[in-house]
Amino acid sequence: MFGWLVWRDLILAWRRRADVLATLFFFVIVVSLFPLGIGPERETLKTIAPGVVWVAALLASMLSLGRMFGNDYQDGTLEQLLLTPQSTYLIVLGKTLAHWLVSELPLVIIAPVLGLQFGLSENSLAIVVVSLLLGTPVLSLVGAIGAALTLGLRAANVLVALLVLPLYIPVLIFGTGAVQASVGGTSPQAWLLLLAATVVLSLVFAPWATSAALKISVE
Amino acid sequence: MLEAINLSCVRGTRRLFKGLSFSANPGELIELRGENGSGKTSLLRILSGLAAPAEGEVRWQGKTIRSLGEEYSGAVAYLAHQNGVKDELTAIENLRIANGVAGHALHKPEAQIVLEQLGLSRQQNLPVRFLSAGQRRRLALARLLTSKTTLWLLDEVLTSLDDTAIKLSSRFIGDHLTKGGIAIIATHQDLNLAADRVQRINLSSGLSQ
Repeated sequence: MFGWLVWRDLILAWRRRADVLATLFFFVIVVSLFPLGIGPERETLKTIAPGVVWVAALLASMLSLGRMFGNDYQDGTLEQLLLTPQSTYLIVLGKTLAHWLVSELPLVIIAPVLGLQFGLSENSLAIVVVSLLLGTPVLSLVGAIGAALTLGLRAANVLVALLVLPLYIPVLIFGTGAVQASVGGTSPQAWLLLLAATVVLSLVFAPWATSAALKISVE
Repeated sequence: MLEAINLSCVRGTRRLFKGLSFSANPGELIELRGENGSGKTSLLRILSGLAAPAEGEVRWQGKTIRSLGEEYSGAVAYLAHQNGVKDELTAIENLRIANGVAGHALHKPEAQIVLEQLGLSRQQNLPVRFLSAGQRRRLALARLLTSKTTLWLLDEVLTSLDDTAIKLSSRFIGDHLTKGGIAIIATHQDLNLAADRVQRINLSSGLSQ
């Protein structure tokens, strides 16, 4: 059942791939604007790189949150999903996984290329990837709560941003911390462990909160 | 089997119905009547477990549906106003995925047979956005037929169906009842169904007859 659900969302994303590409290009453009605006000074670019990449990733993932449940809510398939004899926790987990694969994983893959513009060393680029790999699941998991709470509301996109961005702050701090440590030549291990702890924590609690929010929104 | 006890429903500040009790056993049909806005859809959503009643409770085999949770969902199919089909998927994908997600895989030949019964075999590989309103409704009926559930909750099931499809769906509902299923149908039209027992509940007056 879990497999069918993820497969379903992947096919749907493929058939609407323009939406997915738009998010990815948004990420690319936002990150690329900074070196252009700030100038080619290597040291400055290196200092701002972690923050820029991470903030852009947060914003890009915000853009895709509305699609997570929104389309299914509108055509009535979300109700049908909630009426299947499966735990809502698993349904939410499946949809979150699909969201991560479709909307977050491409960001992780393209991030090192963008990092080159900031003159990051190979080692730091690797940390960018690892920190995003650990951090982006949290963005999907926590973002799902906001997406579920704002289903069917007017101005849902703005509300999602207000609800979810504050919750992203720990991920932002740990993620940039890891990259900054690596740029500064110290070990990023502590930051990465903190990120991993956030993943575990949100994996346990976020789908549960999302399930409750979905039930309220559908009712 | 299904018991509704003293249900009441409040939408906004308006009370739609109050003290509504009825029960349905295998082979029985309940027709919900009532003018627009009298609470037919709200009642079906309460019975499906999607919404909670303001007062009262729904029981299935003696247990409240809240306590049964997913076990109850496995026994219910709800055909809402919206068809619950994805525009981007083809008819056959919609049918197979809906069943797969519900936990019983539907093989391609089986899905093709059901679509053929509903006159959709030529459209089976078309994305649903190219189908007409009636054809989408037929696809939603196909999902209902493959759902293997006991309790069917049907909201205006005949909307946008043509005469052939209306006859066909009446036959399917009849078959479902003879096999020991239960159907609760909100409708404005007469269905002419042969059932062991037909109850009519008119929500406008709030009385069951």
